[in-house]
Amino acid sequence: MATDADNGETHDITVTVNGVPYRREVEARLLLSDFLRHDLTLAGTHVGCEHGVCGACTIIFDGAAVRSCLMFAAQADGHAIITVEGLAGDREHLHPLQAAMRECHGLQCGYCTPGILMTMKAFLDETPQPDEAQIREALSGNLCRCTGYQHIVEAMQLAAERLRK
Amino acid sequence: MKPAPFRYVAARSLEQALQLKAAHGDEARFLAGGQSLVPTMNFRLTQPALLIDINPLTACAGVQQSGARSVRIGALTRYRTLERDAETARNLPLLREALPHIAHPQIRNRGTIGGNLAHADPASEMPAIVLALAGRLRAQSVRGERWIAAAEFFKGALTTALEPDEMLTEVELPAAPPRSGACFMEVARRRGDFAIIGVACTVELDGDGSCRQARIALCNAGDGPIFARAASASLAGRSIGAAETAAAAALVQGEIDPGGNVHASRDYQRHIAGVLTARALKTANERAQRGH
Ligand SMILES: Cc1cc2nc3c(=O)[nH]c(=O)nc-3n(C[C@H](O)[C@H](O)[C@H](O)COP(=O)(O)OP(=O)(O)OC[C@H]3O[C@@H](n4cnc5c(N)ncnc54)[C@H](O)[C@@H]3O)c2cc1C
Ligand code: FES
Ligand code: FES
Repeated sequence: MATDADNGETHDITVTVNGVPYRREVEARLLLSDFLRHDLTLAGTHVGCEHGVCGACTIIFDGAAVRSCLMFAAQADGHAIITVEGLAGDREHLHPLQAAMRECHGLQCGYCTPGILMTMKAFLDETPQPDEAQIREALSGNLCRCTGYQHIVEAMQLAAERLRK
Repeated sequence: MKPAPFRYVAARSLEQALQLKAAHGDEARFLAGGQSLVPTMNFRLTQPALLIDINPLTACAGVQQSGARSVRIGALTRYRTLERDAETARNLPLLREALPHIAHPQIRNRGTIGGNLAHADPASEMPAIVLALAGRLRAQSVRGERWIAAAEFFKGALTTALEPDEMLTEVELPAAPPRSGACFMEVARRRGDFAIIGVACTVELDGDGSCRQARIALCNAGDGPIFARAASASLAGRSIGAAETAAAAALVQGEIDPGGNVHASRDYQRHIAGVLTARALKTANERAQRGH
């Protein structure tokens, strides 16, 4: 429900993140990326540019990879989100995508990594047998300043192969 | 940066959305995919007092065949839906070919065709596509509704014929006729970047294989999408070969008014426009000769 205040109009929202339902009161102007990081302390979702270009903030919203910096938390009311914290399922294991990134040296500083993982999770769910060109196309919306992408591409090929088995 | 404070209303019905817009006019903005609006809000270049979220209006999304030869696309239809839609691929090959050039998959999962056309970025692909296809756009408000021809809709950079109380609810495009071909090509610095120049064209053939009608439109070639009238007219009644595409390309270069920027001078844009026009016309003609 909206309460009327000049500065901080707020809304009550219920949102499911990584299978857990959360109920919070949020300011209308709170970005979904900041809601995840600050209100839910799920700081795995990174913030680089806040204008949709870098991809660091990519999450899975109702099954589709989207920029969390270009949505408001209020828009997530009633929706389901997966963040990098929910990728592996538990704290003991890595998801095959994460394991492949580690083995292939697909990350250095790791700033871009959560966004890349969430982008590629959605991509591989839809395209289980990608060729290299498709992987590069899928990665086009995620900037990495460290790796030069080659090792990320190799990690994705390895992960795709393992996920098919 | 973070957006300035605003009021947010998730629309429950089209009527409610239109009433709110009528009451608040330019102080209010519709929020569709947010892929153009939210970046400008984050930079505080836009500070609406009220955001009317139209995402809940699912009736405004979807692709429909209308009559025998046209297709209606709801304003809230996302790029990704269009990319996956078999009817769109068959009936609107020009639009289909342009989709992968728009931003990245994550942006296309949210961005809507209505938000794109209402935003009217001169560098954007869709306005040129809608102009090349001579589509029409449906505007609704509490006062009623009207259909606006594409040629009347785009008024310049980030400016359209929509009144402050109007919402764009639908786009109607003619389905590709038999014996026609289409082609979209663009040059951008990187995959997903806005075009330095983009060219959209359609070629429809007569029974003897000559061109009955051709239409050429460009993006990022002026302060709005540009329909290349003279170049398009030059092809009617002719059999399209190298001389015809070269002549049309030269006409296009005279009809556009690119702005130039740090990545591409005006001369370079003009040069690219000529090269792409000749290539796209050749391809569209070949596709038409093959029957698709
Ligand atoms: C990194 C990045 C790269 C991009 N690259 C490209 C590119 O290469 N080519 C390209 O074309 N675009 C590009 N875009 C922009 C993208 O296509 C946007 O999605 C699109 O321009 C706007 O659609 P939207 O649904 O997100 O609209 P919004 O951002 O929600 O709205 C845009 C404007 O239109 C108004 N509006 C929205 N819907 C309606 C309606 N139904 N009636 C009336 N007014 C309405 C809003 O109030 C707002 O003023 C890019 C965006 C990003 C972030
Ligand atoms: S922080 Fe969202 S795309 Fe860069
Ligand atoms: S690993 Fe440093 S930005 Fe990608």
